Amino acid sequence: MTAPRIHGRVVAALMLFAGFALLPLVAWLADDPFLVVIGARILAYGIAALALDLILGFGAMVSFGHAAYLGFGAYAVAILSRFGITDLGLHMAAAVVVSAGFALITGAISLRTRGVYFIMITLAFGQMVYFFFTSLSAFGGDDGTGLRQRSTLLGSSVLEHDLVFFYVTLAVLMALFWLAHRIVGSRFGRVLTGIRENPTRIEAIGFAPRRYQLTAFVISGCMTAIAGVLLANQAEFVSPAFISWHRSGELIFMVVLGGAGTLSGAIAGAVTMIVLEEWLEVFTEHWKLVFGIILVLMVLYSPRGITGIIERLMRGRS
Amino acid sequence: MTNLLVLQLLNGLQLGVLLFLIAAGLTLVFGIMDVVNLAHGVLYMVGGYLTASFAALTGSFWLGLGLMIPAAALIGLVLEYVVIRRLYERSHLDQVLATFGLVMIANETVKIIWGTAPIGVPMPELLDGSIPLMGPLKYPVYRLAIIAAGLAVAVGLYVMVNHTRLGMLLRAGATHRNIVAALGVPIGRLFAIVFMLGTVMACFAGGIVAPILSVDTGMGESVLILTFVVVVIGGIGSVKGAFFGAILVALVDTVGGVFGPIAMRAVLDPAAAGQAGRTLAPMLVYILMAAILFARPQGLFGARS
Repeated sequence: MTAPRIHGRVVAALMLFAGFALLPLVAWLADDPFLVVIGARILAYGIAALALDLILGFGAMVSFGHAAYLGFGAYAVAILSRFGITDLGLHMAAAVVVSAGFALITGAISLRTRGVYFIMITLAFGQMVYFFFTSLSAFGGDDGTGLRQRSTLLGSSVLEHDLVFFYVTLAVLMALFWLAHRIVGSRFGRVLTGIRENPTRIEAIGFAPRRYQLTAFVISGCMTAIAGVLLANQAEFVSPAFISWHRSGELIFMVVLGGAGTLSGAIAGAVTMIVLEEWLEVFTEHWKLVFGIILVLMVLYSPRGITGIIERLMRGRS
Repeated sequence: MTNLLVLQLLNGLQLGVLLFLIAAGLTLVFGIMDVVNLAHGVLYMVGGYLTASFAALTGSFWLGLGLMIPAAALIGLVLEYVVIRRLYERSHLDQVLATFGLVMIANETVKIIWGTAPIGVPMPELLDGSIPLMGPLKYPVYRLAIIAAGLAVAVGLYVMVNHTRLGMLLRAGATHRNIVAALGVPIGRLFAIVFMLGTVMACFAGGIVAPILSVDTGMGESVLILTFVVVVIGGIGSVKGAFFGAILVALVDTVGGVFGPIAMRAVLDPAAAGQAGRTLAPMLVYILMAAILFARPQGLFGARS
């Protein structure tokens, strides 16, 4: 990864953030407050996709169970709120602690395997979490449960306003993007990318690949959990549907759609996917059919996602 | 208690042979073609729907099942030719995404054609009823027939893999794909046959289970992940592993699901045991998988890791 690419990544991200910041204005001009609601959902998924890109794009770890962390985040909100703890910071802290523990244990087992095995075993651990939350009858089991209120911020319930919630989510996304960007550019990130390219060589230089991979895996899980906290608040509802393997697949799709290993691409992928989903839903209830066709065509003809298409266009022009 | 155990063992065996029918194809496609096929569970569902439709059309379950098989073979060949063939040289990530797309396409197509309501398939008269096993215990004939059919396919597959020329190529392909290709075996045709075979077996499983489960849009989802667990536990590419993995997973799932909570009641108070049992039972299979992989990352019968 050379310096100009990193620069381009930040520029692309800043453009995206500026676009997001202006979205409420657009919504006001278009007199469509629903745009802000969708916007907050996009931002939350953007965080999850960003987190997944950190290990998928930079560490070549295809985790097919990342929806589990969305679930930890979402249920942290539901469970703590039930016991009267409503602070957003505490919700996030609980989600992060649980996710770190789970990622540490399952990651240590999963990283003993490679390739297809890694995909399958993360998928199975994801399902394990899915069934765990399905069995929680106190929280609605299969059907899930509604939240009585959104998390509170410093004791006030400002997050009930969609606009405030939107900007708080945007701030979290920007902070986590900055963090991910710093991680990727750090010595740690370089080692991680090196492991992706050639684990044997990295080991020969004197690094323990698995320790680096596991650390990245845990960081990614924790970041995804924060996305889960925000998603539950956005929907004011939690259910095991947050954790189904389809959701994990969609997260991978977002990352690849935007171009894996680019960070800002993951966010762009989340934008594209949710917008596409909302847009297709207007035309047909069978939007997933169209979605599936797009997915297959994308893999067959543009494996590097939107980033690949943009790069090809740029190259064509110059 | 013994009655319950025997009953659950038989139920486990029945689920086991079904899982094997699906997992055998999946493990061959994995092992020989090196393709992760998430759409494999969908084929099981399609087999169920096709059998239901053909059975309704002809008025006979047997004719329905008989007509479904060539249809399944055709679906397998078309799917291989249109999508899977283009994924051989791709990364596992691309394969996961493309076949995930196929899952979405298939699920929605099925909803469009057959609707979302479950479809029942009448039990064939020949196998209707129950037979006494021991004491007051009775077991449905049809479920025993499923076990017999599954075991028959397993034996057939064993003979084919170990004692025929095609089987020899399959075994060689699973471990030394490039050398097989270099020796002049038309590897493309071999891949197409393997994929077709896997499709037919998964569809067959969906067809024979239709009279007892009724066909619905979620049936592929429920078995897909279990099948993956089977393949991973057994070792990718090993048909033998798929067989023992399937029986093991199914027994743990059914017997553990019933006896886990009972065992737990011995240690915990009933209310806590109830919740803990309901929570733990569906997770048992995954815990088993984690334990096996922790000891043997390449699976029980896996050659490659």
